[in-house]
Amino acid sequence: MAVLDIRDLSVSYATPRGPLKALRNASMTISEKKITGIVGESGCGKSTLISSIIRLMAPNAKVGSGEVRFKGENLLARSENEMRALRGTEISMVFQDPMQTHNPVLTVGRQMIDIQYRDKLSKAEKRKRAAEMLALVGIPDPEARLNQYPFEFSGGMRQRIAIAMALMAKPSLLIADEPTTALDATLEVQIIKRLRELQDEIGCSILFISHHLGVIAELCDEVVVMYAGEVVESGTVRDVFHNPAHPYTRALLECDPGHIKVRTRNLPTIPGNIPDLVSLPSGCIFAERCDKRHEACEKRPAMGTAGPGHHAACHLIAERETA
Amino acid sequence: MLTYILRRLGLAAVITVLAVTLLFLIIHMIPGDPISTMLGPKASPEMRAALEARMGLDKPLIAQIGLFFANMLRGDLGMDVFSNRPVTTIVLGQIPYTLTLILVSILWSAVLGIALGCYSAVNRNSLGDRLTGVLSVSVIAVPAFVVSLYSLLLFAVKLQWFPAIGAGEPGDWGDQLHHLVLPSLAIGLSWVGYIARLVRASMLEVMGEGHVRTARAFGLPERRITFGYALRLAILPTVTVIGVGMGFLLSAAVFTEIVFSRPGLGKLVIDSITTRNYPVVMGSVLFSTLIFVASTTLADIINAILDPRIRAGK
Repeated sequence: MAVLDIRDLSVSYATPRGPLKALRNASMTISEKKITGIVGESGCGKSTLISSIIRLMAPNAKVGSGEVRFKGENLLARSENEMRALRGTEISMVFQDPMQTHNPVLTVGRQMIDIQYRDKLSKAEKRKRAAEMLALVGIPDPEARLNQYPFEFSGGMRQRIAIAMALMAKPSLLIADEPTTALDATLEVQIIKRLRELQDEIGCSILFISHHLGVIAELCDEVVVMYAGEVVESGTVRDVFHNPAHPYTRALLECDPGHIKVRTRNLPTIPGNIPDLVSLPSGCIFAERCDKRHEACEKRPAMGTAGPGHHAACHLIAERETA
Repeated sequence: MLTYILRRLGLAAVITVLAVTLLFLIIHMIPGDPISTMLGPKASPEMRAALEARMGLDKPLIAQIGLFFANMLRGDLGMDVFSNRPVTTIVLGQIPYTLTLILVSILWSAVLGIALGCYSAVNRNSLGDRLTGVLSVSVIAVPAFVVSLYSLLLFAVKLQWFPAIGAGEPGDWGDQLHHLVLPSLAIGLSWVGYIARLVRASMLEVMGEGHVRTARAFGLPERRITFGYALRLAILPTVTVIGVGMGFLLSAAVFTEIVFSRPGLGKLVIDSITTRNYPVVMGSVLFSTLIFVASTTLADIINAILDPRIRAGK
């Protein structure tokens, strides 16, 4: 069963040049108790996607169409108060920069107690729970550290605290927005491992956003590849990474430094830039940068099936079948 | 925390010594001769020499400064030239009036300014925000003595709601408060606009920071985010500005005390300057300096209480 089912979601931002179509007809399914990764370069719509799931969008953002179904209910139809009741309880978030995540002038304990404001527990019980969560994410001496301020913790510690806070209410869905990008590689591995263990223990689903393909491969069960506001490929990590069906995914994998076996002076890149999201090309969104470009690419490709549970938006799939 | 306070108090002591030395040198450089002022033109050379010796003016400058500090520590700031009363007694008698006036002014303007600033930041670009903005800039532009004169004309002379002169009956709190309304309006009004602008700007900055987004992502009520999380940070620059602003408030108080014929430090300074009563001038300026140093120190200590990063020296 799907915890989160996003159907044809389109979001645009009002700009002086006209609406910037940051997300266009994006569809994806986050399965229960699975970790789904979203990859894509900057400006592919990852941030817009997560901010529209928890409905904390910029004031100039507008949802054009689509549905965000969480446990079968469309979140876009919920009132602001109903949405607020969901945040931090059913859906919680871990942000990219752990140095900015916490209020600098309040103790960690105070902030962890504050987010339990809905629970009818005594302050001592809430505090005890906060300490238990800190211990769970691997912070030594949690009881004493609750009295400390965020600046007294390192970046890795702060990200652990952020994860502890996000998992405290045992949410059904955890959205992690590049949680390890700001950390060094050793810490990244530790945090990824801990996240995997905790996910197993709590039994929640995780939507994990990253541009680090190695992390996605290590951690995730399923992966969604986004490009310039569209979902171009989705499937299990195994299918997508070993048998990419979309030229963009293939190019992305070729650019991953972890995949490069030959010594090189210049790291490979995908030539060109992402298209202007205010005035979009009429055909395939990736055509301009694609090495497999042909006549059919003048038309927008539909989502095709490359295998069981493996989809990609490329004309080549249909052409391979007919050939 | 205690280390921070001690360190800050030590700094305040150093600043006071430097300021007082500078003040002493400035007074020393003012043309004019205190001996002639005190004894008159017909004094004999012997009388002049005797008074010079009594006041220590015959000693070298460095010894005079040393003597001044020694006397200051004993609370002796010399004698009033005319009444022959100790300067310390005279100045201390006036300080409560000025201090009350300044504190009441800053209190009401800070409360109103912070409230307006928060309102503007939360309802950014609304009609209320724009109106607050225009009004703030307008009141910032009006000097305190203009407000004094017009409020005097309108509320005291025309409408007769408030008294025009004096500080009220000693011991009668209600009467004293009644007398405080117009002067504190005059001093505080431009501060309302100033603080409102400042709080709005820092609130908007803080509201855009990552930790506010986190608080929202945990579904905390917006009211608690605004006042419990954002204002705690946004208030810090305002505290500093108010601490430093005490200097401006003191000079605004001088005008206001004259317009409303209120007793106080400002009126004392002006009266003693016009009569060349140097010991009293020196004494009142000295106490103004002390008030200023004390208020900036206090602002820093309050900020350290509010922000743990300052306490830790980070």
